[in-house]
Amino acid sequence: MNGVHDMGGMHGFGPVDIERDEPVFHHRWEGVVRAMMQRTNGRYYNLDEFRHAVERMPSDEYLRAAYYERWLHAVETLLLEKGVITTTEVTDGHATHPAPEATRDTEPRPALEPRFQPGDRVRTRNIHPHGHTRLPRYARGRHGVIRKVYGPFRLPDANAHGDHHDWQPCYAVEFAARELWGDDAGRADRVCIDLWESYLELEDKP
Amino acid sequence: MSHDHDHDHDHDHHPEAPSPVEARALALESLLVEKGLLTSEEVDRIVSMYEHDIGPMLGAKVVARAWVDEAYKQRLLEDGPAAVKELGISYPAGTQLVVVENKQDVHNVIVCTLCSCYPWPVLGLPPTWYKSPPYRSRMVREPRTVLEEFNLTLPDEVAVNVWDSSSDVRYMVLPQRPQGTEGWTEEQLAGIVTRDCMIGVARPRIPAESAAR
Repeated sequence: MNGVHDMGGMHGFGPVDIERDEPVFHHRWEGVVRAMMQRTNGRYYNLDEFRHAVERMPSDEYLRAAYYERWLHAVETLLLEKGVITTTEVTDGHATHPAPEATRDTEPRPALEPRFQPGDRVRTRNIHPHGHTRLPRYARGRHGVIRKVYGPFRLPDANAHGDHHDWQPCYAVEFAARELWGDDAGRADRVCIDLWESYLELEDKP
Repeated sequence: MSHDHDHDHDHDHHPEAPSPVEARALALESLLVEKGLLTSEEVDRIVSMYEHDIGPMLGAKVVARAWVDEAYKQRLLEDGPAAVKELGISYPAGTQLVVVENKQDVHNVIVCTLCSCYPWPVLGLPPTWYKSPPYRSRMVREPRTVLEEFNLTLPDEVAVNVWDSSSDVRYMVLPQRPQGTEGWTEEQLAGIVTRDCMIGVARPRIPAESAAR
């Protein structure tokens, strides 16, 4: 989805605010949220569903919220949607239903022949799905070169929406900064992005 | 000061009323505890693990070894998880770590524009700035300007490689070993490898006192 989470290249956020000697957690509740996520991720939802639940936050709330506030929102949203907790339980502050059986991911990673090899020239597809995707907006319809081959990994676009069987090779794809940003980008600078096979079309073999 | 009295939980021993987000987090925690999905010991264990056991000292150990042992460095660049395990660092099964090496003419830096993916098994949890909109939006678009905000000015002849971590592959930067560290022990070397060096927003520096010696 073309949400505010897809920040690469956006303007207007100002300088990077660097906190010196920052603690790992600023408040105990942040650790609580982290622990709740770690104990429920992979049992009631997967990481792609989690990321998408963060992205589904209304954009003004997303930008206002601190990092662990977004996490809390996502954990709460998913536990409600998956029936692990109910709105009544949240309102009353007491559990009245036992948690459903957790799922276990036992699907083996299939052996897949990658369609592309290092050095292949590719073009990213110009897609704007309503749902989750890991092809950032700034890299759609751009020319790049395959540098590394990974996976296969589950396609996030499917895995975030109930289809957990769409395994694909994934590639580190290198783009010239000028291909992405135009002539004021550094001449030799590059951006490398991990992209799933179905995001890519072959342009040229080396 | 908050005047939010909508909730009726008894947060004992709390000096002030909790903020709304804290109250929400603690309310969800107590539901999960009641349902047997979490215990407060598990929360303490997870917090303590990130506060004490997992942090940039792990990555620094890996970098120092790579600086003194060329064969190790090659294994590290080839297969990150296997190489960090050699040093007793555990790496989650089924996930990938790719170490990218800085060279005389190439500087690497990592970011996650879509969320905040970070090589936590070797660097611990990311700093707030790494997760912030300014870093996420600008590092891919104007890396040199952002690096200057970290007091790192790169000459034009050094190419910047930005790695936008969009999959579950995690990236870590292997910085260049600085001149003047010949004969240093691995422990001394690890001491100058900071978190920021392994994200790529800094270069290792020799403290003034050792340089003078």
